[in-house]
Amino acid sequence: MSATTPPATLAALPLGDDALILSHRLGEWAGHAPVLEEEVALANIALDLLGQARALYTELADVLGSEDEIAYLREERAFLNCQLVEQPNGDFAHTLVRQLFFSTYQQPLYAQLATSLPLAAKAVREVAYHRDHAEQWTLRLGDGTEESHARTQRSVDALWRYTGELFQPVEGLDVRWADLEEEWDAGIREVLGQAGLAVPDSPRHGAWSAGAGRQGVHTEPFGRMLAEMQHLHRSHPGATW
Amino acid sequence: MSSVTTPPLSRRAGEGKGPAGSAPGGASPEEEAALQAAFDAAVAAEERIEPRDWMPDAYRATLVRQIAQHAHSEIIGMQPEANWITRAPSLRRKAILMAKVQDEAGHGLYLYGAAETLGTGREQLLDKLHAGRQKYSSIFNYPTLTWADVGAIGWLVDGAAITNQVPLCRCSYGPYARAMVRICKEESFHQRQGYELLLALSRGTEAQHAMAQDAVDRWWWPSLMMFGPPDEESAHSARSMEWKIKRHSNDELRQRFVDICVPQAEALGLTLPDPELRWNEQREHWDFGAIDWQEFRDVLAGNGPCNDQRLHRRRAAHEDGAWVREAAAAHAAKQAARRAAPHPAPPTAGTEPPTRPAEQSRQPHTPEHAPQPHPDEPAPQARADEPAQRGVEHSS
Amino acid sequence: MSADWPLWEVFVRSRRGLSHTHAGSLHAPDAQMALRNARDLFTRRSEGVSLWVVPSGEITASSPDEKDPFFAPAADKPYRHPTFYEVPEGVRNL
Repeated sequence: MSATTPPATLAALPLGDDALILSHRLGEWAGHAPVLEEEVALANIALDLLGQARALYTELADVLGSEDEIAYLREERAFLNCQLVEQPNGDFAHTLVRQLFFSTYQQPLYAQLATSLPLAAKAVREVAYHRDHAEQWTLRLGDGTEESHARTQRSVDALWRYTGELFQPVEGLDVRWADLEEEWDAGIREVLGQAGLAVPDSPRHGAWSAGAGRQGVHTEPFGRMLAEMQHLHRSHPGATW
Repeated sequence: MSSVTTPPLSRRAGEGKGPAGSAPGGASPEEEAALQAAFDAAVAAEERIEPRDWMPDAYRATLVRQIAQHAHSEIIGMQPEANWITRAPSLRRKAILMAKVQDEAGHGLYLYGAAETLGTGREQLLDKLHAGRQKYSSIFNYPTLTWADVGAIGWLVDGAAITNQVPLCRCSYGPYARAMVRICKEESFHQRQGYELLLALSRGTEAQHAMAQDAVDRWWWPSLMMFGPPDEESAHSARSMEWKIKRHSNDELRQRFVDICVPQAEALGLTLPDPELRWNEQREHWDFGAIDWQEFRDVLAGNGPCNDQRLHRRRAAHEDGAWVREAAAAHAAKQAARRAAPHPAPPTAGTEPPTRPAEQSRQPHTPEHAPQPHPDEPAPQARADEPAQRGVEHSS
Repeated sequence: MSADWPLWEVFVRSRRGLSHTHAGSLHAPDAQMALRNARDLFTRRSEGVSLWVVPSGEITASSPDEKDPFFAPAADKPYRHPTFYEVPEGVRNL
């Protein structure tokens, strides 16, 4: 946690898992986007995130094995991604609010890590674009029609409870977590405010003491997602693709 | 046809401000004949026809039909492959597949853009697709049952598409030809990744090899059908060739494709499911067996394994997205109204997000004015659809 | 409220030192989104360093009929082009 701590060997794992799982969820949009231009945009973001995951996993190769072993052969409880990124896509508003919450976290996080984590320095520019994409859409959906406003507010309210764990310290990451949270809070309040959306006053944590994603405790949809993702790879042990 | 020959006003650059592309209202028979002669001469001289040139109604209609069908094929074609994005067996393959499916959306966009230069909006074309009144390539009505199908689509389906498309880069209609140049350039990786995917399977475990062979067995014949009916039955071929929209006959391209594939299959260590495939010394081509055209017609008529599924999903995506498109349009209208209002400071005026990536920075740059056409300058290339550029630079 | 997004023409500067060139068109609800869509669509293989988007309806084009008189003056002044002049073989950097 101090500035002298080098990135611990496993510190990159939760970040890699965040990126992989969110990329996978965005990949589920292929062929379903509301307009062709968004097919291209969502795929761009998914590809950026997948690239980040692969780079982060590669740094863990000595400890955990190849990127595919890390992605395909771990059980659900061994994944350390936050619960936010594993939440099902829902409608376009739900996906975009999830994007907003996550990219508003990921960008300053990577900015802080830029000096200690090589990937972060490169990825911070990508993430800035993801954040911009999410903000632009939040403004349009919040302000657009009654329906889009209602859908977006509903998603803000529903996903709010998954935002608290984002700021739980990850061992080995040289991050000023309190600053990060403050920055996130200010950023989100500004965008929601501009979009005419209310900031929920509900809790940002679940009440369960077992913890959350960073402890390998996930939500029910995650198991099914992993089953789909890993099935083919696991059906052919040792095969190369 | 009338719907495609009347471009909506302002639909397109300059459209509606000058003489319409098609026969100008009230053109005398002599004028019409002169326009036709000029058009014929331009096509014969391998010049490109550009959007605001006069063109025969039937040429325009043929192009709209063909480009639309091509665009629809790109976006329907996303589905069979997207079916495997969430199950791709390695992260490398997952990235490749996502990039490929994304390209298909992009190619659809380029092609709808080309169709719009003819005065037909994307929305209109999508409506026709959704209503089943315009077709897409029949090949996408076949299912992707295993991971190897992703490889077979890349190698065979994209291979056939490229064989078809490369000549279209020289199509007489400029915007279509330009879109095809871009598409062909981007597609070069599509076929290769499919081939490489199959090669890995073929050289992999027994189960993987069997998976690859099974996929090739199922995709080979439908791929040959992609070149369309035999020349003697092809309804539009002759005229399209005369117009230089099309450069080679269906059978010619099909033969070219078979000749290319046979040695490639051998290198893969896979067989093609045609016992009649043999080298013909006289013709210096591979002979191949009879194609089941009844299957082709059946699938085309809607009775393929996935016709309903593909169209249903496409419609659902469009309908589910309607509220999003409406919301963005509503926001844009509100913003415009706010800007026009005497008192600024609306809730979302000048929606500047707190942070903005460097490459999108909108620091006020010196507006760059593109050179105005000046009589003393050398004449630019004919650019009737390409306006004088004038704009504000928006990036670093 | 029509949900049809207007059409925009996209111009891409492929690298510094070159002017923006027409790349194609796309739909977007407003200029900001048009720029972003253009970035995603036309520069996803690093094809550009700068973008312009222009509402298609805002473009005034010369019609083919006007083309001849419009551009004719240049055609009769071949001496404005470097290829007009003969240069002895072997002379470089001219």
